[in-house]
Amino acid sequence: MSAYNSLNELQKGQTAKVKALAATGSMRRRLQDIGLIEGTRVECLQISPGGDPIAYLIRGAVIALRLEDSSNILICQ
Amino acid sequence: MGLTNNSLGIKAVDSGLAIKKVSSEDKVVALAGNPNVGKSTVFNNLTGMNQHTGNWPGKTVSNAQGYCSHNDKNYVLVDIPGTYSLMAHSVEEEVARDFICFGNPDAVVVVCDATCLERNLNLVLQAIEITDNIIICVNLMDEAKRKGIIIDTDRLSIILGVPVVATNARKKNTLYKLMQALEELLISQKKATPIKIEYESDVETAINAMLPALVRFKDVISLRWLAIRLLDYDETLTKQLNEFLGCDLYSDEEINTKLREAKGILDACDISAEKLQDKITSGLVLTAEKICKQTVSFKKRNYNSSDRRIDRILTGKTTGIPVMAAMLTVIFWITLSGANYPSRLISNGLFRMQDILTELFNNIGAPDWLHGLLVLGMYRVVAWVVSVMLPPMAIFFPLFTLLEDLGYLPRVAFNLDKFFKKCGACGKQALTMCMGFGCNAAGVVGCRIIDSPRERLIGIITNNFVPCNGRFPTLIAILTMFFIGTSVGMFESILSALLLTCIILLGVVMTFAVSRLLSKTILKGIQSSFTLELPPYRRPQIGKVIVRSIFDRTLFVLGRALAVAAPAGLLIWVMANVTLGDYTLLAHCSGFLDPFARLLGMDGVILLAFILGFPANEIVFPIIIMAYLSSGSIMEYERLSDLRELLTLNGWSWITAGSTMLFSLMHWPCSTTCLTIQKETKSLKWTAISFVLPTLIGMAVCFVFANTARLFV
Repeated sequence: MSAYNSLNELQKGQTAKVKALAATGSMRRRLQDIGLIEGTRVECLQISPGGDPIAYLIRGAVIALRLEDSSNILICQ
Repeated sequence: MGLTNNSLGIKAVDSGLAIKKVSSEDKVVALAGNPNVGKSTVFNNLTGMNQHTGNWPGKTVSNAQGYCSHNDKNYVLVDIPGTYSLMAHSVEEEVARDFICFGNPDAVVVVCDATCLERNLNLVLQAIEITDNIIICVNLMDEAKRKGIIIDTDRLSIILGVPVVATNARKKNTLYKLMQALEELLISQKKATPIKIEYESDVETAINAMLPALVRFKDVISLRWLAIRLLDYDETLTKQLNEFLGCDLYSDEEINTKLREAKGILDACDISAEKLQDKITSGLVLTAEKICKQTVSFKKRNYNSSDRRIDRILTGKTTGIPVMAAMLTVIFWITLSGANYPSRLISNGLFRMQDILTELFNNIGAPDWLHGLLVLGMYRVVAWVVSVMLPPMAIFFPLFTLLEDLGYLPRVAFNLDKFFKKCGACGKQALTMCMGFGCNAAGVVGCRIIDSPRERLIGIITNNFVPCNGRFPTLIAILTMFFIGTSVGMFESILSALLLTCIILLGVVMTFAVSRLLSKTILKGIQSSFTLELPPYRRPQIGKVIVRSIFDRTLFVLGRALAVAAPAGLLIWVMANVTLGDYTLLAHCSGFLDPFARLLGMDGVILLAFILGFPANEIVFPIIIMAYLSSGSIMEYERLSDLRELLTLNGWSWITAGSTMLFSLMHWPCSTTCLTIQKETKSLKWTAISFVLPTLIGMAVCFVFANTARLFV
């Protein structure tokens, strides 16, 4: 539906910029609190043994997100 | 949070705001900060207390307080849980926010991680909006230096308009500057002019429109902050604010008028509630970004590359889980093979002491019953507890603490989250399970790091499937005696470590199964979202870890066990020596339980020991030994190696041993844990479920195991 990719599509080692958050409510706030706002640069660092969650480098910190949540973060190059 | 006086037992669940000052002159200082930035280390080094520290987010989940003095002034320090934000998403964040906002601290110290300053500044800015009496403590400067990150703290202080000190909390002397800054701020009343976070102009107009209605609160709260919070409605915060200000804010005429006016301004600019929230948070994040650009510089581009390399192995697709299992086995192997010899030494020593005591009692002509009560009852159980428990604990705790210090535990959560997710639970439950290894009560309190109430309950109910240090030595002792033999060769010790790993894994599997069962039945609900920080690896302070874990964890836990063991020893001796009819009380009780216990592959004495061990699991095995010893056998069993013979004489087979181990892994939580669950869930129903569920499962497993095994004998 969206013209943008979501964060979960990012391959290991790739970086992208956050375009918008599709998450709502408390998750939206939590994502913003860890620094995910429009324009934030994110790098995909490490995929866990189960394939989910995936660890991202966000503003100098390594944060693991589940697919359900990362798919709600729209990105652009 | 781990095992200290503060975190164990009932005290552990105290999250209240009751601050105890020694004198009314004392200044209350709150230590805030993101999770895992070394707040507890700062706290410990300043207060000389032993709040447990570890390299993982969410270790401190309730407020701890301690005292320190500097230049003859006294301070009460409050270590509050680490949070990314003061907009409370989980219980621990609420605890933190409520203390900064409504706990009336004289000053707030926000501890920051120098290696990740930008993210930390978000919280700093939020705190600055609430209070002027604030000091920023940029901690972990040594780590930053090692990574080639340079922070201009003077510049930072000028931009933020509040005092900034650079510290290295592991080195006490660097904290001197922090105390100097605190003294200047509090005693000399040097007034700070903190930075004002600018939001978009429309938002600013709305905030300014609110201010006139709030002027009456200007002495108790920051008006600008209050205005923003009123615009950005939050249910729980509103409740707290109403209570704190003694006024129902949203039904106040004047406030409501202004609120409508402000909302009108926002509506006119097409700013919905969600958009407003976005604008507020991005205002903070962008300000933090701007400040960092001016104050932080990086010498190395890939300053985190070694962490990434380690992560590739420890959390890799193929390596992550095998490495984890291997590490667990190695730790158990070191514990098992290392504990054997000291155990023997200690038991020899303690039982020689018993002979001396007996001689002493004989010499002073003490009556037999007194000797029996004190020496054969109390002293002997205590001696068993010490010799069985002390060595494994003194080895296991430091090893585990090293992993914790290194930053490995969040990686465990990362590795296992997929499985937890499949069971409808939260990956952070892995962290609370790790705490459960130390003490289930601490693990239950630790479940506060889980955001969703549903997943938190699952974590609380299943925590008991991880054997705590009270059950751990029991498992080790039985395993060594029945499946390995006490003469430890290389092969046997590895085998025993593998077996122990299997038992622990069984506990983990049960945790998953029960979590799944719960989330499919009584705890149905949608999966909540999940953010987990993987902190940078830090070099563990080996010397300190060993000293710390032996002195405050091991000795403390041992002390608690002994406090229960001594009266239990008395009781057992009395039960074994008071006769009712033809049999002793002990025989009556165990005889009564015996038929049922046999169904589960055990005997009446074992089940009785589990029941008597309700106050502390540590004493279960010693009680079993005591009960056998006192039921008429004249032989002296005083070495661990003799125990197998004693148990076999009392009808133990490998089936008994297996059933006892299984039941030890899966039965009711100890009394402290039950009380803690009651406090945490505030519900008798969930406490009862936490009690009954593992018990029923344990009984079922033992029944199946024992009766299947009997077919093969």
